[in-house]
Amino acid sequence: MEKTLYTITVYTENFVGLLNQITIIFTRRQINIESLTVSKSSIPGIHKFTITAETDLEMVKKVVKQIEKRIDVLKAFYHTDDDVIYQEVALYKIGAEAMLDNPEIESIVRKYNARILEVNRSYGVLELSGHTEDTQELFERLKEFHVLQFVRSGRIAITKSTVERLSDFLAEMEARNPEHQCKK
Amino acid sequence: MEKKIMKGAEALMCSLIEENVNTIFGYPGGQIITVFDALYSYRDSFQYILTRHEQGAIHAAQGYARVSGDTGVVIVTSGPGATNVITGLADAMLDSTPLVVITGQVGASLLGSDAFQETDVIGVTQPITKWSYQIRKASEIPWAVARAFYIAREGRPGPVVLDLTKDAQSEMVEFSYKKCIFIRSYQPYPELQPENIAQAAEMINKAKRPMALVGQGVLLGHAEEELKAFLTKADIPAGSTLLGLSALSSDFSLYKGLLGMHGNLGPNKKTAECDVLIAIGMRFDDRVTGDLKKYAKQAKVIHFDIDTSEIDKNVKTSVAVLGNAKETLPAVTELLQPARHTAWIQSFEACEKEEMERVIIPEIMPIAGPITMGEVVNRVSEATNHEAILVTDVGQNQMIAARYFKFSRSRSMITSGGLGTMGFGLPASIGAALGAPERRVCFFTGDGGIQMTLQELGTIMQYKIPVKIIILNNNFLGMVRQWQELFYRERYSSTPMNNPDFPKIAEAYGIAGKKVTKREDLDDAIEEMLKDNKAYLLEVEVEENGMVYPMIPAGTSVDQIILGD
Ligand SMILES: Cc1ncc(C[n+]2csc(CCOP(=O)(O)OP(=O)(O)O)c2C)c(N)n1
Ligand SMILES: [Mg+2]
Repeated sequence: MEKTLYTITVYTENFVGLLNQITIIFTRRQINIESLTVSKSSIPGIHKFTITAETDLEMVKKVVKQIEKRIDVLKAFYHTDDDVIYQEVALYKIGAEAMLDNPEIESIVRKYNARILEVNRSYGVLELSGHTEDTQELFERLKEFHVLQFVRSGRIAITKSTVERLSDFLAEMEARNPEHQCKK
Repeated sequence: MEKKIMKGAEALMCSLIEENVNTIFGYPGGQIITVFDALYSYRDSFQYILTRHEQGAIHAAQGYARVSGDTGVVIVTSGPGATNVITGLADAMLDSTPLVVITGQVGASLLGSDAFQETDVIGVTQPITKWSYQIRKASEIPWAVARAFYIAREGRPGPVVLDLTKDAQSEMVEFSYKKCIFIRSYQPYPELQPENIAQAAEMINKAKRPMALVGQGVLLGHAEEELKAFLTKADIPAGSTLLGLSALSSDFSLYKGLLGMHGNLGPNKKTAECDVLIAIGMRFDDRVTGDLKKYAKQAKVIHFDIDTSEIDKNVKTSVAVLGNAKETLPAVTELLQPARHTAWIQSFEACEKEEMERVIIPEIMPIAGPITMGEVVNRVSEATNHEAILVTDVGQNQMIAARYFKFSRSRSMITSGGLGTMGFGLPASIGAALGAPERRVCFFTGDGGIQMTLQELGTIMQYKIPVKIIILNNNFLGMVRQWQELFYRERYSSTPMNNPDFPKIAEAYGIAGKKVTKREDLDDAIEEMLKDNKAYLLEVEVEENGMVYPMIPAGTSVDQIILGD
């Protein structure tokens, strides 16, 4: 089956050890995680994982079910790039001399819509958000100025759909809570 | 309720009482000693079984859980105590057995320091448990225990580990208990889907050659009667997985036998002929399906399961009926039209006849030559009126026992299915005897497997556990020998075994026993073994070159089943 880059988003309770529980599901099936971002979600107490991995549709469905099967996972979803708006952040560190000696860097910054985060006597730091190809392109463009460091974050993504699946899910689950039902 | 201040260890005892635990299997040690001290104060509240090895404790708890339907409870120390239960956890995970395993752990301040007997129990157990959690504060104990029992028991059952740090055991806490009835991130029972139920019923109503595959889900859901009603109404023949055995009694007219690698000819071959395949609480293990690429391709597949992740995992389904079989089966049954599939059901008979002549008769009624495993199993089954609980180890003994032991009551077959753990049987039989004290337990094992957990004879001695141990001794790691004979040009690498005098070992433990080498002595020996309700070890010298047939060689398809020569 055809391989595609999928974005898998996972919402979990905030317990120690969930990252391991989720990543071993990929490892066991020989799927390489391309990028991983973990942070608090907009809902207090709930963490969000955004994972990208290249695999086929059948496998991504199985993986998502296996992730959801973990007790402290609330919900997991998979998306193709078409379903989401996504972004990464990249940082580029360039020596101060190169920055000062090459005025074209400024036009590059403008052209790519990058930002200058810091310039000091030793180096300057540029920032660009975009897709992998964009941040990579800027890296290639800056190579001749001797990039001292280049880092890229994992992907973060927002769905295009208008349904807020997690909040719906939470409401649905809470409605199931017997205690809740007793109170009513 | 009046609140009491107590140590964490005592809070653990009180929590276990709140969960109606009455039997605990375990083994003490330095990092769990405070819990065992509390257990001493509560010794009248629990039946406590000290096994001779932690692996024995967890397998015993598995046997206990599987016959009783209750959650098995194990308490062991940190480090080696915890690592000794790993095999049992993996086994219980694959075989969906509800367990709560409490491991001691070093004090929270020492975590991560490579302290004496510190093992990363959570890290090690996460992939082989339904849930594992480290308790570092006494105040978390009631919450974690309540959650552990809920998770182990509800939905598809499984093992849970609670890793309890030493300081949490001795810290003082005000005890109050609240049972867990809801976890927002866990939905143990998927909501019934009326559409799928209707679709499944329609598919079955239209079927000309329907066939059901019965798995352990039926036993776990206590849906035996619902299953019978379902099969009877639409006249559907059924095969059983290894773990589904005893859900239908052996003489139930629509029961057509065991599925899988060493199962019966009929149910295996007919999976390649049926038009609608109805899987109920089973997971299409490769030992059942053989080559998936050729498995039941002609059939529409209906899959009843409680675990969403099982749907389409191995076999693509046409309709998934999610939920507890106890609810989903009657819901579908109600929509079924009574049907008769006489010709289809009769078509099993040719297979039955062929298997009877070529395999079964020679195996259970040989006229000459060494004793066979099958005749021992058959006679013990008859002598116990097919009412006993069968416990097996792993290997040829297991397959022959599964094939020839008969069942008239549910929850009567305890075996390590998914993991195939040699050494599982002896401790599991202890647990089975404790979990169903009114029933007789017959445990069949091999000369290899019994020696993997042989020390549990000590547990049998100490607690006077009335298990009947039958060693089918072929002086070989027989199942591996069989593969070597068939697929490795009879190169018997590492499979012949020199064995001790087993009844003498039993004698050292005060357990009566006998060794039988001749056919004519077998019946008397079985009678002697069964004459009272005490432990007994019967060693039977059986055919060294015995083979288990039929066989679906690994990787071939179910209709390529072979009957031997
Ligand atoms: C712990 C473990 N180790 C190895 C195996 C592989 N294995 C499966 S069956 C078998 C032979 C069992 O020999 P025995 O207990 O004598 O039973 P028999 O097949 O002869 O009845 C072996 C080694 C296993 N299943 N479990
Ligand atoms: Mg053997």
